[in-house]
Amino acid sequence: MSSVTLHDVRFIEPERTRNYLNVDYGVFSWLLTKDHKRIGILYMFSISLMFILGGFFAMMMRLELLTPEGDLLTSDTYNKFFTLHGIIMIFFFLIPSIPAVMGNFILPIQLGAKDLAFPKINLLSWYLYMIGAFVGLYVIITGGVDTGWTFYTPFSTQYSNTHVFGTTFGAFIVGFSSILTGLNFLVTIHRMRAPGLTWYRLPLFVWAIYATSVVQLLATPVLAITLFLLMFERVVHVGIFDPALGGDPLLYQHMFWFYSHPAVYIMILPAMGVASEVVAAFTRKKIFGYKFVAFSSLAIAFLGFLVWAHHMFVAGISIYSAMIFSFLSYFVAVPSAIKVFNWTATLYKASVAWMTPMLYILGFIGLFTIGGVTGLFLAALGLDVHVTDTYFVVAHFHYIMVGGAVMAYFAALHYWWPKITGRMYPEWWARLSALLVFVGFNLTFLPQFVLGYLGMPRRYHAYAPEFQVLNVMSTAGASILAVGYALPLFYLIWSLRFGHKAGVNPWGAVGLEWTTSSPPPKENFHETPVVTWDAYDYPAMLKAMGETQNV
Amino acid sequence: MLISDFPLFPEQGSTVAGQVDALFIVLSVITGSVSILIFLLIFILAIKYRRTPQNQLAQDQEPPQMLEAGWIGIPFVIFMGMFVWGAWLYFRLARIPDNALDVYATGKQWMWKFQHSTGQREINTLHVPVGRPVRITLASEDVIHSLFFPSFRIKADVLPSRYRTMWFQATRTGRFHIFCAEYCGTQHSGMIGWVEVMEPTDYQKWLAGGSEGSLASQGEKLFQTHACNTCHTNDATARGPVLVGLYGSDVTLGDNSVVKADDNYIRESILNPQAKLVKGFGPIMPTFQGQVSEDDLLKLLAYIKSLGGAPAPSPAGTPQKEQRR
Ligand code: HEC
Ligand SMILES: [Cu+2]
Ligand SMILES: [Cu+2]
Repeated sequence: MSSVTLHDVRFIEPERTRNYLNVDYGVFSWLLTKDHKRIGILYMFSISLMFILGGFFAMMMRLELLTPEGDLLTSDTYNKFFTLHGIIMIFFFLIPSIPAVMGNFILPIQLGAKDLAFPKINLLSWYLYMIGAFVGLYVIITGGVDTGWTFYTPFSTQYSNTHVFGTTFGAFIVGFSSILTGLNFLVTIHRMRAPGLTWYRLPLFVWAIYATSVVQLLATPVLAITLFLLMFERVVHVGIFDPALGGDPLLYQHMFWFYSHPAVYIMILPAMGVASEVVAAFTRKKIFGYKFVAFSSLAIAFLGFLVWAHHMFVAGISIYSAMIFSFLSYFVAVPSAIKVFNWTATLYKASVAWMTPMLYILGFIGLFTIGGVTGLFLAALGLDVHVTDTYFVVAHFHYIMVGGAVMAYFAALHYWWPKITGRMYPEWWARLSALLVFVGFNLTFLPQFVLGYLGMPRRYHAYAPEFQVLNVMSTAGASILAVGYALPLFYLIWSLRFGHKAGVNPWGAVGLEWTTSSPPPKENFHETPVVTWDAYDYPAMLKAMGETQNV
Repeated sequence: MLISDFPLFPEQGSTVAGQVDALFIVLSVITGSVSILIFLLIFILAIKYRRTPQNQLAQDQEPPQMLEAGWIGIPFVIFMGMFVWGAWLYFRLARIPDNALDVYATGKQWMWKFQHSTGQREINTLHVPVGRPVRITLASEDVIHSLFFPSFRIKADVLPSRYRTMWFQATRTGRFHIFCAEYCGTQHSGMIGWVEVMEPTDYQKWLAGGSEGSLASQGEKLFQTHACNTCHTNDATARGPVLVGLYGSDVTLGDNSVVKADDNYIRESILNPQAKLVKGFGPIMPTFQGQVSEDDLLKLLAYIKSLGGAPAPSPAGTPQKEQRR
């Protein structure tokens, strides 16, 4: 691809040596920074550590499940490991991943803004995240927690003798980080768009982050209230959720899922935004049905609030309310389907470059589709009775959250890496990692659908012997997956020193982030950009490039 | 390794299993073929229109916008079909046949206790006859558990706050797994057992094996040891209301509202009598919260049920919302 003219065409940007990375040095220039780009990097560091930690727990579980007997870990340790795996991956990795890293770094640049609306609050968000993370690490070091990431009562409030209070307190604090980030993004998108950047000219990533932020702002406070009540009941023994004290355990589940279902969309909406960016860039085409894709993000955000009780079809809710929640759950599937179809249609008569970010996103579309259609099984009431709380559910949500959100995070990482660091990653190795992740992922989680339908319940330390073959396959897949995830750690760090210089626009993509130098200057642009073209308007860009070329 | 050691599809052991599997298979075929279609399309398009020196920029032509309406409308109609089928099945699972055999189950960290109305008690094993509907009334002594029969394709969460019911009708004899499906602490994965489905004659023989008298008669003894009979003398002038004929009837409360005397009402009347006072009676019945175990509570329930009641008990499985006040 490198031999081709278009690829080499770049916006001519005066070569400046000063960028956000070298304007100043020293620990405090990072720890006290108000630059959204540096804060994005701080998040990238912290969530990467969390990802490694959460991955370690996952790997230990998969090793334990190689044999039917519980022989590698004790039951209590196993229970703590799946709890910590869930809590770390959801609250400390997936929820902040794309929004807090890529949203922080790229969103203001895509808007043509100098920074977020509230830079100090942005830094505060990171500190809240870190405080929550340290509380979480303290819990891990002092003995862990064994409630499952769902903290169901009355187990969590009366029966568990592990660090429930510390863990929920950590999650409670991280919640505020998420709320403030969402607020910051919303205000920024409303108030700080560059001249000419109207709503329909916004990149779809911005639309997705907008929808995500609405959910973060509206749903997370409910989590905070729920966790607060849980801590209160655990410590003071007032009856809110515990029936022995006159409370109602189902009330807890309603409140928990009122946040935690929308939280799924906090994780997947930004991933969909990345998918739109990458598909456009690597097909050199406007996303087919731009407005449908944009509004489907908002539709998902809205409908996502109306389906929480589909996690409770066997929990003891009335059959009539179950019916309504099943019905509404099918509604939320429609906008997701719209996106998949539109991405696919965009490939028609496109110019498809098989580069790493695109490979990750093609994988994302496939895995997200499988995750989505298996959701249709779970929304079917009579079928859910059999498959809920089994490995079928485990496989389903890993397809959405790992096959979907994590794949998209890696796509984003590779796509914007040249912009963030000014260096290209090694393409061959990156393609290999994308391939390994895809193959390893499917080998890990496809067998789990079968296991679930066979009836293997989730959160089982030991299991019936006839489930072993499928479990061994799953563990083998997890090992491949681990290699796939570990590779980028090495070659990305390697690229910081040895990677090719990226230049302004290595992909020949459109979007304001590809008009400023890589890495960008501290203030993002040397002059405030004026937007005269639609999102993904390749003809207009070519014209603009033609002009600059003639200079 | 034998193929039977490595199953890919669960055995069908109950009347509903085939129906659940039918929905599962139809959904698999529909979603599977649509997914494969999408994958093929992506693959073919991404190869056909791959970037080459000649194909540097996408061409202008777009697929027709009409497509949008199609792929919003058609999936929606299919989804509604799935919804209706799933809901129909769920209603079927909730409707308990009239002639069902009664079994009582208590979940407790970490074991399943089963009591038969004839008085047999067993732990982590459940004996049932083939071809006869079995209704299980469920209670938990501590945290939430979930009683799961994979071969019967049913499960229900077991709550510490109230009774729930589930039912199945086994279609063939044999041993089938019982699992706890809701995480409940250390030995969650050890909270498992077997359901033994027997020929009716074998089942009768098994029942004939020793027991301490029927569950109702054990409940009657408890009724005396807890001194319930001092107030509930079954005399209209006694300090407590007559319990004969109570089960399944409509009870008028002090505030003139009417409630159905189902399992959960009786449970609440014993554990928290002040919650719903029967019209014409004062709040004199002491609470038995913490004094009667879940097992004993089920015996008392069986006894009160045995005192007769309105013909059709509440359609169990329609879980009544618990009203605590
Ligand atoms: C001190 C007298 C007293 C004792 C002892 C007592 N009860 Fe009661 N019980 C009452 C009264 C009075 C009512 C009606 C007011 C109410 O609903 O609390 C009642 C109501 C009930 C009801 C609801 C009846 C209806 O018509 O709706 C049930 C069931 C019941 N009792 C069962 C029991 C059982 C079982 C015990 C023993 C474990 C017991 N009671 C012990 C006085 C008593
Ligand atoms: Cu259990
Ligand atoms: Cu359990």
